This record gives sequence, C-alpha cells and structure tokens, in this order.
Amino acid sequence: MAVSETILEMRNISKTFPGVKALDNVSFSVRRGEIHALVGENGAGKSTLMKILSGVYPHGEYEGDIVYEGEVKAFRGIADSEREGIIIIHQELALVPLLSIAENIFLGKECAKNGIIDWQETNRRTRELLERVGLDERPETKVMHLGLGKQQLVEIAKALSREVRLLILDEPTSSLNEKDSDALLELLREFRARGISSILISHKLSEVSKVADNITVLRDGRAVSTLDCSAGPVPEDRVIRDMVGRSLTDRYPPREPRIGDTMFEVRGWTVFHPIDQDRKVVDNVSFHLRRGEVLGIAGLMGAGRTELAMSLFGRSYGRYAGGEAFIAGEKVDLSTVPAAINAGLAYATEDRKSYGLVLDQTIRRNVPLANLEGVANSGVIDRHREGEVAEEYRRRINIKTPTIEQSAVNLSGGNQQKVVLSKWLFADPDILILDEPTRGIDVGAKFEIYTIIRDLAQSGKSIIVISSEMPELLGITDRLYVMNKGRFVGELPTAEATQEKIMSMIIKAGG
Amino acid sequence: MDQTITSARPEAADRTRNQHFWRANMREYGILIALVVIMAFFQFATGGILLRPVNLTNLMLQNSYIVIMAVGMLLVIVSGHIDLSVGSVLGFIGALAAVMIVQWHVNFVLAAIVCLAVGAAIGAAQGYWIAYFRIPSFIVTLAGMLVFKGLTLWLLAGQSVGPFPPTFQLIASGFLPDLFGAEGINLFSLLVGLGFAVLLLYLAIRNRRQEQRRGLVEEPFAVFTIKNALIFCAIAYMSYLMASFRGLPNVFIVMALLIAIYSFIANRTTVGRRIYAIGGNEKAAKLSGIRTERLVFLTFANMGMLAALAGLVFAARLNTATPKAGLGFELDVIAAVFIGGASMSGGVGTIVGAVVGAFIMGVMNNGMSILGIGIDYQQVIKGLVLLAAVIFDVYNKNKA
Repeated sequence: MAVSETILEMRNISKTFPGVKALDNVSFSVRRGEIHALVGENGAGKSTLMKILSGVYPHGEYEGDIVYEGEVKAFRGIADSEREGIIIIHQELALVPLLSIAENIFLGKECAKNGIIDWQETNRRTRELLERVGLDERPETKVMHLGLGKQQLVEIAKALSREVRLLILDEPTSSLNEKDSDALLELLREFRARGISSILISHKLSEVSKVADNITVLRDGRAVSTLDCSAGPVPEDRVIRDMVGRSLTDRYPPREPRIGDTMFEVRGWTVFHPIDQDRKVVDNVSFHLRRGEVLGIAGLMGAGRTELAMSLFGRSYGRYAGGEAFIAGEKVDLSTVPAAINAGLAYATEDRKSYGLVLDQTIRRNVPLANLEGVANSGVIDRHREGEVAEEYRRRINIKTPTIEQSAVNLSGGNQQKVVLSKWLFADPDILILDEPTRGIDVGAKFEIYTIIRDLAQSGKSIIVISSEMPELLGITDRLYVMNKGRFVGELPTAEATQEKIMSMIIKAGG
Repeated sequence: MDQTITSARPEAADRTRNQHFWRANMREYGILIALVVIMAFFQFATGGILLRPVNLTNLMLQNSYIVIMAVGMLLVIVSGHIDLSVGSVLGFIGALAAVMIVQWHVNFVLAAIVCLAVGAAIGAAQGYWIAYFRIPSFIVTLAGMLVFKGLTLWLLAGQSVGPFPPTFQLIASGFLPDLFGAEGINLFSLLVGLGFAVLLLYLAIRNRRQEQRRGLVEEPFAVFTIKNALIFCAIAYMSYLMASFRGLPNVFIVMALLIAIYSFIANRTTVGRRIYAIGGNEKAAKLSGIRTERLVFLTFANMGMLAALAGLVFAARLNTATPKAGLGFELDVIAAVFIGGASMSGGVGTIVGAVVGAFIMGVMNNGMSILGIGIDYQQVIKGLVLLAAVIFDVYNKNKA
C-alpha cells in the first residue's frame, strides 16, 4: 500500500459568516490510511471545516478547493459526499432510538426489492458489520437500549455499510468511559491497516497523541501547524501552546475592579441528568462570588457549566439533588424561576434563540418580559412607558436597529444578545449569570458587550461569566473556576492564570 | 452590517417606516378588507337582502355563540394549544341549563351562574392535565369532546328538553328596550350604537395624540383616518339598520363587551403579554420568570367558561336543549381563529382578527344560504377560504 498517497487535500479554504471570518485560507491534507487529528479551541473552526468537507455548507458558500481522490469536488450536500465515501459522525449521534440496530444501519439505503424490505439479507449484513466493529448485539435490538459507546459503534457500522473511505469523527469519546474509548481508538487503528483514513476531532490530547499520525492545530480559523507524530508522540505542551497562543492586547476594555464582600455563595450543589437519572451532571459544586466581581467559569463543552447555571436559576435543568445558596449571608430559595428572580438572580442563556427571546415579537415586547410589573400599573401595561424603556435600552447599550418595533428575529446575533441583556438589566438583578455572552458575535459587538459587563461590575453588580473562549475569560474576569465533568477542579485569580494552566487543570482532571 | 438604516433624508426614512408598518400589519387590515369585500359581494349578489335590518339582526344572533367562543379560543391558540371540546361543552351546558330550569325549576339566574361555574370547572379540569402533566391539548380536549358529548346524551336521556321560560329566552332573543317609543325606530338602540362608535373614535384619537406626543407614531395618518372613519360609519350604519328593526339584540351587547374586555386583556395587560410570550417561545417565557403552567391552566378554564356562556345563548336561542347541540361547532370556532390570522404554532393572533374571522364565516354561511347554494358547496367553499387564508399567512411570513 502506498502510504504517502494523498486521499484528501483541502486547499486555501475560507468561509465567512455574517460578521465573522470562520476559516481563513486553511489548507489541510489527509493521506490514505492515516489517522489525522484536528485539534483547536471551541470556535477555532474545526466543525466549520468538516461541514465544508461533508457538504453541509455546499460548494459556492466557501472559497478554495476540495481535492478528493485526485479530483476537485463540488459537493452540494451530505448525500454527495457520502456517495464518495466521506462519512461524518457527529458528537450528537444521529440514530433513531426507537428503531433497531439493523434498521438504523440501513436507514435510507434499505436492502429492498421493489420497496419490500428483505429482512434476512438486512440482518445477515448487519451481523457482518457488527462483527467488524466488534459489537456483540443482535441486529433486532433497539438502539435506545444501547449505551452511548455501543451507539457510537452502530454509527461506525453504518459508515462501513456505506463503503467509507474517509471517516470523520467529531469528539467521538467525549461521553464514553475509558474502556469504550480505548476500544474505539483500537478500531480506528484497524481501519488504518485496511486503508481507511480517519479525521479525529478531539479535545482529549492524551488519546490524540496515542493514535494520530499527524495533528493539525486550528486557531481562530487558521491552520497554525501540522505536527508529525511518526517520529514519536508530540509533547502535549507543544500542542496546547499552538492551540491557545495569541496576544490579548486591546481586545478587552481596561478595568478597575472594586470588589466588595461576598454576595452569593453556593455550597454542595448537585444535579442529576433529567433523563439518565444516575448521571451526575453537577457534582457537589461550591463557590462564592463577591460584590462587584466578575467571576469566570472555564471548561470544555459538556463540562456542566450551563447545567449548573440553569439549575441555580430556578432548577431549570435536570433533577436537583442537594445544595444550598446564600445571598449576602442569608439562605435563599431558588426553587422556581420567579423565586430566583426575586432573590436577585438573572440568567442570560447561551442559546438566545431557543431560551432567550420571543423571536417573532418586537424588541419593545422582549425587553420588559422579565419585569412586566415594571411597565404596568396593577396589571395594565403602560404602553408608553414600555416604549420608553425599550427605547432607553436601545440607546444605552446601542442596539443597532431603526426602530424598537423591529422583531427580534431580524436582528444580528450581537444585537439579539443586547436585547437579552436589556431584558435582564431591566429586571435589575444583583447577580447576573452570563452564559457564553459573546458566542457567534463579531469582534466589534464583543467589545461592546465586554464594556457592558465591566460597567455593571463597577456599578456593584456581581457577575458570573461562563465561556468556552479562554482568552475572553482571561480578559474580562477577576477570578476563575475551572469545571470539568460536573466538578470544580480548580480556582485561581485571573491575574495568575494562563491558558496553559487552565488547559492542564482540565487535562489532569481527566480530559 | 448592523446598520440597516443610514439614510439622512427624512422622506426616505418615512418611506421605510411606512413599508415596515405595512409589512407588519398587512394581515390585520387584509382581514378587515376581506370582510368588507365579502359583504359587498353578497350584498350585491343577494340583491340587497344581506344588509336588510331583519337579516343583519339574524346574522348577529346566528353567529353570537361562535364569536363568544372564538374570543376564548384565540387565547388558547395563542398560548400554543387547541381546544376541541368546546362544541361538546356548549351542548352539555345547554343540557344542564335545560334540566335545571325546565325540570328542576331552578331560578334561571342561579342556573346561569351554576352553568358558567361548571363550564369553568370543565375547562380547568382539562387545563390541569395539559398544563401540569404536559398531556398534549389535542388529546385531552379530544377526550373531553367525547366525554361531554356522551354526558349530554345521558343528561337529556336522548331527548330534547324545553321550552325555557320567556325570561331565559331573552338572553338570546331579547333586544334593548325602546325607551323613547319613536315611530319605526328603536331610538335608544340607535343612541347606544352611536355612543359606542363615538367612544371608539375618541379612544383612537386620544391614543394617537399620546403617541404623537412621545414620538412613537407608527401608523401613517391617512391609514389612521380611513380606518377609523370606516369603523365609525360601519358601526353607526349597522346600529341604524338594527334599530330600524327591533333594536340592538342583547347578545350584541354581550359580544361587544366581551370583545372589548378580551382585547384589553390581550393587548394591554401583563397577563395578555405573558400568554403571547408563552405561545411565542415557552422556554424563553419560563426562563423570564413567567409561570407558564398556571397561565395555560387559566386559559383553558376561561375557555370552558366562555363555552358555557355560548351554551346558554345557544340553548336560549333554540328555546330547547337537544343532544345534537354544538355538534362540530369547535371546527367553526377554530376556523374563525385561523382565518383571523392566528398561527398554529402559537404567539400570533388578535381578538379582533378572530371575531372578524367568525363574521367572515358567518356572512358566507348566511349569504350562500340566501343565494340557495346547497350545504354541500357551502362546506367546500368554506374549506377553501380557510385554506386560502392560511396560505396567505404562510406566504407572507416566508416573504418577510
């Protein structure tokens, strides 16, 4: 087998979203029978690159060329790339839980004659495929009865049934235990021996260095380096440095923190997963927050940060299983959202569209939603006051729109975020939890939001910022907690923190 | 990229604002214009029968119970749910009223109060499962539809019960008294109608003045003038027509009050705002501190009460309670709300729109009957109108 033969070459790929350059001139190539790891921080452009490769962003929506098996390809959708043997397995598995393993594997490609399914053939081929991926289950077993590790294998078996030549795995082991992870990685090695190439996207550098032949590091939409592992594993420090190394000058407003007494304290907060009743999503978390302080919670996606925040905010996530909260030394009831708001809490969600805004309604109606009494007299809305409030926030935090009668759905991400912030500012909380406040927002709007956060803190509010962008946390917070797998695994003043320190805290805690 | 409007010239800004206004409100004016066009068409096609005082009065009476229920249904649909049981509840309450008044000789005022309370309790019982146990409203109210259809049969023992005492019949067939005794016209009714028209005009002008003072005017002046002139003339003219027959029907007053009260609740109160927010995005509403379960529960209780009121009106109008009363009414009510511009997914719709939707259906029923069009074609045409109205909505939304 010609080991050096190139199966895929992505040349000078650029992709722009409104306001954000997601990929900037990225070149990336994979050889036949190679495991190529793609690493980078959240938002570095890994998923975007893979979506371009698999045709989710069709030809014409990006610049550059995809050369696959020696030909320039113009994929118009996933069907096109699948036909060529490029198969992507997403972090959130795309299986139908109520269907059997066999039905899932052959979904859309049923072994059928004239529309009538040949079950014997289906089951025979399923058994063959399951054997190849080392899954000892009957083809008739429903997918809902399988654990995540086994489901992952079903996905891979499905890929094999479509004659995969290039397998893309997006964070395949993020929810697997060690044994399942090892089995999966072993499977990738077997595929390598048979000439199937894999692209492995992962945050777990330890396993990346175990199996990868090459590691490409993406940062801020650029390919920073490609590290060759054939001469032996590349040190993790080196990879981390490439992942995070960038300067922080002038991207954050200058701050003069005035930090007071402890305002908010949480002890032993524990939350179980809403469906998987035995899984602790937040495990015995304790922390405190001072008046005028900006506190950051760092961690990877799925660390449990959003779940912690939503659980604190009126038990809006999962099943509460213990823990107490204190505001200014007094124990407070946070068992419902109205109670939490009453206690002085606000939570601005990471998912503006699903949880933050009533998209079809105007700015004027969205802004007072968390404090309707503030624009009403004994239950009757004072429309003029309502308009004035919306207008005031439009000016004060610079929501760029011709009129407050604009529907929220028509605003850009940054302006939608400002509407969500306005809503909570009008509720006048003491403690604001901001979950990914700048996700999907362009650089200019980010700076404005940082400035709002700074001003709020200086006016005496206490703020918790959850963010997956570490430079942001380092730029705008006073103190940091590091969260991993539902637990707080470290605490440090931002002045002493570096991205390397945070990353190594996460990795030491078990990736 | 965020800057949508950079124009310095005021006319250009005005034009954009006007365009924006039209896009946002096209549906509301569209439905009113559609009603006017449909009425004009039938007035012409029936050779003027449609707007004869006696026919107009009948039109009001025939559609009153649909309008009453459409008001409640609008809130249910805006909150993102549906209520299929209203027709059966209407029949059941009519039966209950008949049994109490005719067979047990209960005082009719007391009976009416009990009936309204029972209606509210029925709505509350259904709302309880929908709001707190998250059973889909389609299923709960489908069950309710079957249950109350059955209970109606049981209560009436399969027979019609009637007639009601004349005082009870007045709910549906009474008219405002003729206090002045003028020749050929119920002057008091005319004055009430005119007073109502003047009041609406005054409120509209006052509101616009306030908006002007605060610089929040949205509606172009020409639109404002034409719209309010039209509404004023329409109400005045209809009052005149009805006054020249027997006067304003009591039911008309009840409807006008309900429309006014519920419009106010929907548009101007925190409760209304919250119902729209729930339908628009329940998760966001919940995270904004809105007690979504309680509001959905109350919305259904309210629907039950209005269905009971409609049941009383319907029974009083027929002067008897029959096991078949209310059959299929839920579909007319739901159709009226959707023709009136409400969205299946919730969060969108107005009380006035639903009422206009109900009258569009009513005028078509009435007009086609006068023209002697068979019930078969009537159904087909009504179905197509419903479909067309919703296609128009979806098309507009996609274009915007």
